[in-house]
Amino acid sequence: MKRRILWLPLAGFLLVAVVVAVALYAPADRSVRSAMIDRPLPAFALQPIVPGKPGVASAAMRGKGPRLLNVFASWCVPCIAEAPQLMRLARAGVRIDAVAIRDTGPAVADFLRRNGDPYAAVGDDPNSAVQLSLGSSGVPETFLIDGQGVVRRQWIGDIRADQVDEVVAAVKAAG
Amino acid sequence: MIAEAGLAALWLAAALALLQFALAALGLRGAGNAAEITGAVRPVAIVQGTLAVVAMLLLITLFQQSDMSVKLVATNSHSAKPWIYKVAGAWGNHEGSMLLWVTILGVAGAAVAWFERRLNERTLTATLGAQGLIALGFYAFLLFSSNPFARLSPAPADGQGLNPLLQDPGLAFHPPTLYAGYVGLSVAFSFAVGALVTRDVGRDFARAMRPWVLGAWVFLTLGITAGSYWAYYELGWGGWWFWDPVENASLMPWLAATALLHSVTVLATRDGLRAWTVMLAVVAFSMSMIGTFLVRSGILTSVHAFAVDPERGAFILALLLLYIGGALALFALRVGTVREGTTFELVSREGGLVANNLLLSVILGIVLIGTLYPIVAAGFGVQLSVGPPFFNKAAGPIALLLVVVMAAGPLLRWRRDRLNEVVERLTWPISAAVFAFAGLIVFATPIGVLPLLGLSLAGGLAVASVAPLWKRDLRRTPLFTWGMVIAHLGIAVSLAGMACDAAFTKERLVALRAGEATRVGPWRVTFDGLSPVIGDNWSGLQARLTAERGGSSRIMLPQSRTFSDPPTVTSESAIATVLDGQLYTVLGAADGQGRWQLRFWWKPFVTLIWLGGVLVAFGGALSLLGRLRPRRRPVERWT
Repeated sequence: MKRRILWLPLAGFLLVAVVVAVALYAPADRSVRSAMIDRPLPAFALQPIVPGKPGVASAAMRGKGPRLLNVFASWCVPCIAEAPQLMRLARAGVRIDAVAIRDTGPAVADFLRRNGDPYAAVGDDPNSAVQLSLGSSGVPETFLIDGQGVVRRQWIGDIRADQVDEVVAAVKAAG
Repeated sequence: MIAEAGLAALWLAAALALLQFALAALGLRGAGNAAEITGAVRPVAIVQGTLAVVAMLLLITLFQQSDMSVKLVATNSHSAKPWIYKVAGAWGNHEGSMLLWVTILGVAGAAVAWFERRLNERTLTATLGAQGLIALGFYAFLLFSSNPFARLSPAPADGQGLNPLLQDPGLAFHPPTLYAGYVGLSVAFSFAVGALVTRDVGRDFARAMRPWVLGAWVFLTLGITAGSYWAYYELGWGGWWFWDPVENASLMPWLAATALLHSVTVLATRDGLRAWTVMLAVVAFSMSMIGTFLVRSGILTSVHAFAVDPERGAFILALLLLYIGGALALFALRVGTVREGTTFELVSREGGLVANNLLLSVILGIVLIGTLYPIVAAGFGVQLSVGPPFFNKAAGPIALLLVVVMAAGPLLRWRRDRLNEVVERLTWPISAAVFAFAGLIVFATPIGVLPLLGLSLAGGLAVASVAPLWKRDLRRTPLFTWGMVIAHLGIAVSLAGMACDAAFTKERLVALRAGEATRVGPWRVTFDGLSPVIGDNWSGLQARLTAERGGSSRIMLPQSRTFSDPPTVTSESAIATVLDGQLYTVLGAADGQGRWQLRFWWKPFVTLIWLGGVLVAFGGALSLLGRLRPRRRPVERWT
């Protein structure tokens, strides 16, 4: 009897371990539900930041095809990691507009020269005003905007290689 | 070059940890010349700890030099950062903090190898073997899944910066202090495993273990106190404890270590509670590891999707299963063969200490369940968080009961005592508590039940905690008795601060134009205006407030800061500390019509919370000093 009690602590710990192990691998819902989903983009018109590329305005997105809006910065390391995926998306025919956060023209130009340029337009958001109005809290984040200028999806963090097909499908579906 | 040297140091240290374990195992099995093998374990442990320190110093150097070709530096630092945050940035991230953790583990093992002379040689060998095995697992974790020295190619022009909330002098000292406490408990764990292996649990074992537990406990107490104050002034919410998983992760080892500290005293003095003490020594460090795991694996704080890495989590979980599961299995197999210690009566010093242990364990259980419950609920598809209402309601009354035991405990005699005599000895403390209770009922505005009881009991405990000094020659009173008195007094002081904060805090949320004024508690606060301010890597707005009270006035300057890398807004509260409390001010957002949101709290005696925490740690340090110094008079009367 007494001997059995001595095994209780181990049993208790194993129970905790099982709970934690399940939580570790359970497909818990970690996606962020943005308040912006299914709402029209807030009105903004950003100046161009690199020569030869237009700025980004929300009014111009209405009545055109679906597109991605990528929030990035030249000083952001995950954005470098994300660049190849954005290039693949651009080659697959997805239009990508971008908002450069707290950045400078030369730095963005340098970033695009080094990591490739998937963007159709890049807007200058010097004090994060548009980023905040989009409900984005960090870089990189990517929004899917449909033809009516309504936000359909939000990806927080860099788009990884295994997500590219999913993103392409989502863009097609929004068209 | 530096990064490669750091990685090499880690690999070498890991190899030595393996050697340390293997030598100890060989020595205990009696292969070869046992005494010689045992003698070799000590230097190996010392060199292993030294190499870990070298690796940590090299990582700090990389941060100091802003070497952006190292991935960890690039993702967590920025060249424009003040130097102190570059140093602190080395442990303000996952990989770096794990390296700090392992470094302290190595240092603790080295310290045992260097200083420990009281423990018998075989148990010491087993202890160092266990310490080596623990270190080996965590070195493997660093090297295979969290390499802090990984390079990044191509190197970015500059880094991403450190989370602005963490850009605070507190970060430089808080994690190392807390980790010294967490990981210091590994020594108690290894002692327990060593003693189980050699079946040698007794007074000598307890006396050898006590200073190590005390040391870790002092650091843990300081770390928790500092962390609480840091959250209080940096987060700008006016609270000092949020029952956040990260806070709970530090509280649980503290509760277990506090219980261990008291049960080890019973073992050292009266040779009782053998199995229980060994169990607590295992539990204390297990709580450190589980806490670290819960926080580090991202299971409990799913803020950003990319912060969670199941692979890393699985790695640590496997380590926990091996170490904690192994120790608990060893406990179940071996502790039955450990001879029973001496017994005692219910009303006795031992009885009081057992009550202390049980109550602390219940609180520990409540905190553990409250922390894990959201995970269990998520398993059933329910998203919830367990907040302060649960913890306060469940743990509060038990904590107050514990205070009663704490007041009576030191006034009890060892082995057996008489209840009526105990009550007689407690006359003054009981009077103080009743007096405080009556005074609060009559004079204070209606306050909650818990704060009312808390303040009354704090009064009683304060009187009771100094009672052991009554009629004693203070110069001949041993240091560890002073330590106990001061630590218990510290709890009373801290409890009084918590109760005052809960009962008497006044809060005001107002929108003011420049020139307007408002009242909060005894203060009249005027909003003089705003001005821009600029720092090393942030810019912001600063409000100028004039706070007046009873003829004297002071200027307060709360700020709202915008950091550039990464872009984040934080509020820097401005706090005026006076003798009887703190005025806490926070600058909020503009309402667009020329008014600014301002938040004020008047918190009477809130500083007592942290003053008490520091007293508790100071008491622990005194006690440690008393235990380390050879005693002149071995007679223990009331300790």
